[in-house]
Amino acid sequence: MKNSIGRDLPEVIEGYGQPIPYSGAFEARPAMRRQAPKVKTIHPRDQKLVDTLEAVFQQIPITDGMTLSFHHHFRNGDGVVNQVLATAAALGIKNLKVALSSVFPVHETLIAYMKSGVVTALDTNYMSGPVAKAVSEGVLATPVVLRTHGGRARAIECGQLPIDVAFIAAPAADEYGNLNGVQGPAACGSLGYAFPDAEYADHVVAVTDYIAEYPLAPISIPQCLVDYVVKVDCAGDPRGIVSGTTKITKDPVGLKIAAMAAKVIEAAGLLKNGFSFQTGAGGVSLAVAHFIRQRMEQEHIVGSFALGGITGYMVDMLEKGFFKKLIDVQGFDLEAIRSIKTNPNHLEVSANFYASPFNVGCAVNRLDVVVLGATEIDVDFHVNVVTGSDGVIMGGSGGHADAAAGAKVTIVVANLLRGRLPIIVEQVLTATTPGETIDVLVTERGVAVNPQRPELLRQLLAAGLPVKEIQDLKAMAEKIAGVPRKLTTSDRVVAVVEYRDGSVIDVVRQVHQ
Amino acid sequence: MNLRRTMLFIPGNNPGMLQNGGVFGADSVILDLEDAVAPQEKDAARLLVAQALQTVDYGTSERVVRINPLDTFGAEDIQMIVPCQPDVLLVPKVEGVQDIEKVTALVAQAETAGQKPVQLIALLETAKGIALAYEIAQSKGRLTALALGAEDYTAGLGATRTKEGKEIFTARSLVINAAAAAGIQSLDTPFTDANDEAGLYQDTLTGKELGFKGKLAINPRQIDVIHGVFNPTPAVIEWAEEVVHAIRKAESEGSGVASLHGKMVDAPIVARAEYILKLARRLGLEVMQ
Amino acid sequence: MSEAGKRTVGQAGTLESNDVMITVSPGEEGSGISIELTSIVKEQYGDAIQKTVQDVVGEEKCRDIYITVVDRGALDCTIRARLLTALLRAGVVQKKEVI
Repeated sequence: MKNSIGRDLPEVIEGYGQPIPYSGAFEARPAMRRQAPKVKTIHPRDQKLVDTLEAVFQQIPITDGMTLSFHHHFRNGDGVVNQVLATAAALGIKNLKVALSSVFPVHETLIAYMKSGVVTALDTNYMSGPVAKAVSEGVLATPVVLRTHGGRARAIECGQLPIDVAFIAAPAADEYGNLNGVQGPAACGSLGYAFPDAEYADHVVAVTDYIAEYPLAPISIPQCLVDYVVKVDCAGDPRGIVSGTTKITKDPVGLKIAAMAAKVIEAAGLLKNGFSFQTGAGGVSLAVAHFIRQRMEQEHIVGSFALGGITGYMVDMLEKGFFKKLIDVQGFDLEAIRSIKTNPNHLEVSANFYASPFNVGCAVNRLDVVVLGATEIDVDFHVNVVTGSDGVIMGGSGGHADAAAGAKVTIVVANLLRGRLPIIVEQVLTATTPGETIDVLVTERGVAVNPQRPELLRQLLAAGLPVKEIQDLKAMAEKIAGVPRKLTTSDRVVAVVEYRDGSVIDVVRQVHQ
Repeated sequence: MNLRRTMLFIPGNNPGMLQNGGVFGADSVILDLEDAVAPQEKDAARLLVAQALQTVDYGTSERVVRINPLDTFGAEDIQMIVPCQPDVLLVPKVEGVQDIEKVTALVAQAETAGQKPVQLIALLETAKGIALAYEIAQSKGRLTALALGAEDYTAGLGATRTKEGKEIFTARSLVINAAAAAGIQSLDTPFTDANDEAGLYQDTLTGKELGFKGKLAINPRQIDVIHGVFNPTPAVIEWAEEVVHAIRKAESEGSGVASLHGKMVDAPIVARAEYILKLARRLGLEVMQ
Repeated sequence: MSEAGKRTVGQAGTLESNDVMITVSPGEEGSGISIELTSIVKEQYGDAIQKTVQDVVGEEKCRDIYITVVDRGALDCTIRARLLTALLRAGVVQKKEVI
């Protein structure tokens, strides 16, 4: 069958079931109630502190076939997933589903557990590194479910991703299960992606290497949700958790694209008091913030809020008065941690608040502008951020599709040629974010406006921006680089790409070796 | 009129920069075989630039190649580059009219039948070159501009290079005057701190006010700032329109002399006004008539 | 071949993005032309790169060489330039023959 953007889906996907075909960004009308979390109680004298992960496994008890969930706030410094799975393997547990909000190179150990049958299913929003490669090569018999950040919150809350045990890596905890992300050696800032897991999992285990005196302050995840607290020697490696100061790109082509994106924002009439903005932490995205900031300074504009993954650059804009608030689901660097710890205008929010489509208002809906990247974009403006030029999984939506759907204007910034590869293709290999939610593509050789946005097109033309048809930009790139040969794939589905509402926007098929 | 507000250096042995050189909107790109290329890579860069000239679309940017001096690799550069149809060669370390004559002879030899004649720009970057600026500027035929290279020049003098540039005031003026006297363009030395936007603006303005028609650029980030200085402002365009209007009116009334706001409008002022309007139209800026 | 004695290993290019590193090694008389290609865009442009290398080798009438191409997304013009440089440095092609 084909979904509404023409992607070919199997009628039944083995190990996944019958896909609900994607039918439009805002078509889904949920007719259901939220999952009711398990009702629990505790005796006033009961203790939550458990000595070892093994003891927790036995007390719950964790058995074959369960779903264990994790967040990715420790990014490439995470030590918790590996320790929990090592425990499962040592206890001889099989057939686990791992619901980890993002998978990083540090999680390479997963591959061995997949091969030995400890882990047989994976549910995630983003994956890079060896696990992504192994999945692409078919290490799992059942396809991975790839969600958006908002979609994961939705799936947990609506009972489509039931969690038996949530292991929450906590930089700081007290012995009664209050948690925060801003203290201790593994401080990571916001714990936003762990909130739905803490609220909806049958069992919640905090894993920490820093136990503070009761009651912990501040509290991000409260004691009333947490069943157990396990102290381990080391929950994560700070060097992999936080990055250094994120620098604006020095690449002249990237800067040219960023400057052009800033002009697009201005030409669209959005750069005024109350402006709200989201951009990535990558070099080019951050450079857009830099050019926006220059204009805000010149025109004395005060924005409302910046959203998303927060970097030191955004913290600086908050502190210098360019934005009144930061809404933070995930922090990237030490400055972001310092700020969220001390500044009441720097808000910690859950993945649900940030981006879930099935609530009555998530933060992305309040965005004027989001600036996003792409590994491919096609002539219908559908974007791929899942698979790379070799067809191997190297990312995932994360918040990409969520922010694109919510923002008034969604801008994709990309080099027209990445190395030799044209960024614009006839049809993306994997559709992640639908074209109807993408408004403008900005490249170093011109700007293309989605034909569904005639008013925006008029504004950009009036501002004298170098607007071109997306087909013309594509032809320009192919003239320079030659027409690339299309990748061929097998029929075997290695991942199902769910849109934020749970419908299937595409599948990832294994590439021919 | 060759518009050369910005001439952007592109390192000649860097394929990524060479293929993207046209996207920054510089009036000229200078594919550099000299300072940007290590001696052992001169052969590689020469072939790469030769290929780039034949295949890369530099859009509206004029295509300039900075060759090496004739006493090193210059002759080989000319032999390979000229048949690839560059618009201009930038000749470094020019110290006398004979340098231009030698290059001219080699270029003429290397040109293919029917090829658009390759122009030359002399880069003056030594005390001797500055001292002989007017003589060099008078080289007949291919020479289209003089450019100042202040880093080597001040190093040779033993002068302290400053952001304010008082140490190059005389050299700037000599180059501007020599070029103007010979009826060719003068182009200002690059501002070498790519991170100092305010400094770049001030330095460009200083050069423009002295009479330079454009400036060399070492980083694409410098282009917008330099264009901002050299582009006529709305007030200047308006003044130029008034001047041209006044002289037309005077002419139609049979008088060769016009006045504007009580001041006489003479031929040099009319020429300047016409240049500004031409520039403004070329840049797509708002012009009334 | 008369210049066979001067033939040596020639290398040109870098492993930077958009560049290509090409190594030309002279082979035994009669060994023919062999090309070993590694590329980050092999799926999309592997055939095109092979063809470009073949074309240049043909235009320059080269014989009996082993060519290693490590491509980092170079355009055709870059591949040609780097290959010509490597051939020149290897003494496989004489200077005046180029272009």
